[in-house]
Amino acid sequence: MNKPYFKILRPGINTTIQDKGRYNLYHIGVSVSGAIDQRNYKLANCLVGNNLDEAVIEFAYQGPHLKLKNANINFAITGDIFFKIIRKNSKIEEGECYRNYLLEEGDQLDIISTKKSAYGYLSVSGGLELQKLWKSYSTNTKAKIGPNNGNKYSSDDKIFITNSDVKNFLEKRIDYKALIDNTIRVIKGTNFNYFSKQAIKNFFNKEFLVTNLADRMGIRLKGHKIENIKNTNIKSEGLVKGVIQVPADGNPIIMLSDHGTIGGYPKIANVISADLDAVGQLTPGSNINFKEVSLEEAENIFKAYSEETIKYLNESN
Amino acid sequence: MIKNILNLGDAAAYCDFGSEVNETINNNVINYFNQISELTKNEKIEGITNLTPSYNKLIISYDLTVTNFKKIKSIIENLEVKETFKKNNKEIKIPICCTEDFSLDFDRLTRKLKLNKDKILELYLDKEYFCYMTGFIAGMPFLGDTDKNIRCERLETPRVRVPKGSIGITEQFANIYTFESPGGWNIIGNTPKRIFEIKNLNQPALINPGDKVKFYQITKDEYLNWNE
Repeated sequence: MNKPYFKILRPGINTTIQDKGRYNLYHIGVSVSGAIDQRNYKLANCLVGNNLDEAVIEFAYQGPHLKLKNANINFAITGDIFFKIIRKNSKIEEGECYRNYLLEEGDQLDIISTKKSAYGYLSVSGGLELQKLWKSYSTNTKAKIGPNNGNKYSSDDKIFITNSDVKNFLEKRIDYKALIDNTIRVIKGTNFNYFSKQAIKNFFNKEFLVTNLADRMGIRLKGHKIENIKNTNIKSEGLVKGVIQVPADGNPIIMLSDHGTIGGYPKIANVISADLDAVGQLTPGSNINFKEVSLEEAENIFKAYSEETIKYLNESN
Repeated sequence: MIKNILNLGDAAAYCDFGSEVNETINNNVINYFNQISELTKNEKIEGITNLTPSYNKLIISYDLTVTNFKKIKSIIENLEVKETFKKNNKEIKIPICCTEDFSLDFDRLTRKLKLNKDKILELYLDKEYFCYMTGFIAGMPFLGDTDKNIRCERLETPRVRVPKGSIGITEQFANIYTFESPGGWNIIGNTPKRIFEIKNLNQPALINPGDKVKFYQITKDEYLNWNE
């Protein structure tokens, strides 16, 4: 029997394979990568009955247009996504996120675009036919690490699917409510005292614009210049996802999943773990502001976030 | 010794070994790194997901669903750190080609340092360097210390793309761009040698903290015909 696969008719802007991320390699310069929006990646897997750490297809803004070959599959899409299913008899169905569908041999899936967010996830029951590298399926296109030789997908590429039995298709749904909140909660950074009192006041009281320089490595913001009164460089040291660095030009940069593992700019703040999914979904042109919370508050907010994720996961079971 | 342990956000601990940069402090960072890596591998400490040693800091990332800052901090504070840093790490020789098309910043360097290209190269090639850390991009080594007479600040405007293989200097440090990347270091040449190889699953980075590195000059012909 021929292996089932998606033929890529249109690759989309940045379509890659992702999962929970690749750990324990910061010390050689390999960032975690993995799905930018970890909750939506897990929900995508859950909707098709996969283990939560199965590989998914992540896309940004414009998604891929795919044609299914050699199998019938069960798939789901999560995020805030506009997509269509084009059946082989040319019948077109408008797609709904947070539910699963049966896709038959010869059908097409056209993921037209994200709506008010940057990333979306496509999961397939049984998972994708890929090799792990360092215990992960994640792709880091800068370091050429991961499936498809570390590259984003191009037209005519094939994404192979693990054979799975969809004879007993069961519809699953999650009643997902996306949080639309442009307030990002942060904890004071390790170089907080590098910035003037006025700069700190501006940081917490003024809006910042998400610029076009936003990708899987990080998001550059623009707003009131954050004035540095000590030194615009520090001796290079480790970074983590969510660190907000301020280079000499005074415009903050938020580190995301593919960030450089080491950086030499002062750190004004860190996005709390519970808000990382939302930060990753910010689109150019949106305005955000920052709110300070304590470490203890951040830990409690994360607990609530984790419990909410579990509540969603249980809904589809 | 660790002077202070702070939280870096809610999912990482920031161990501060002071503000100085020297081999002794860096060895101490590596001792902590080695020991915590070992304890993590043997599942003696729960929840650690990444360790990032640098000149004088060690960042410990952890899974907030498993542990928290308070627990990690207390583990680190009670750790009896042994001398595990290997004094006789590898000595690695790196070829460098410094023809004009590769040495992008010699004009700037000769202007700023008031030395000619030959003198800068002589001083650069003369020294054996110590690898303080690896990172930023996969496998990039941070080497030091360069001769006092060839130390220069970063470019005012960083390059959007520094070619793969480029060798750069800034302050007392030198590095190698293992992949094309943005960067602001003064580029003096390029190496054809592979510094990061995914196929070496257990040791993908050629140069690791504690290693000694010496550069030697090659011609453009040797560069083009480089074969590993």
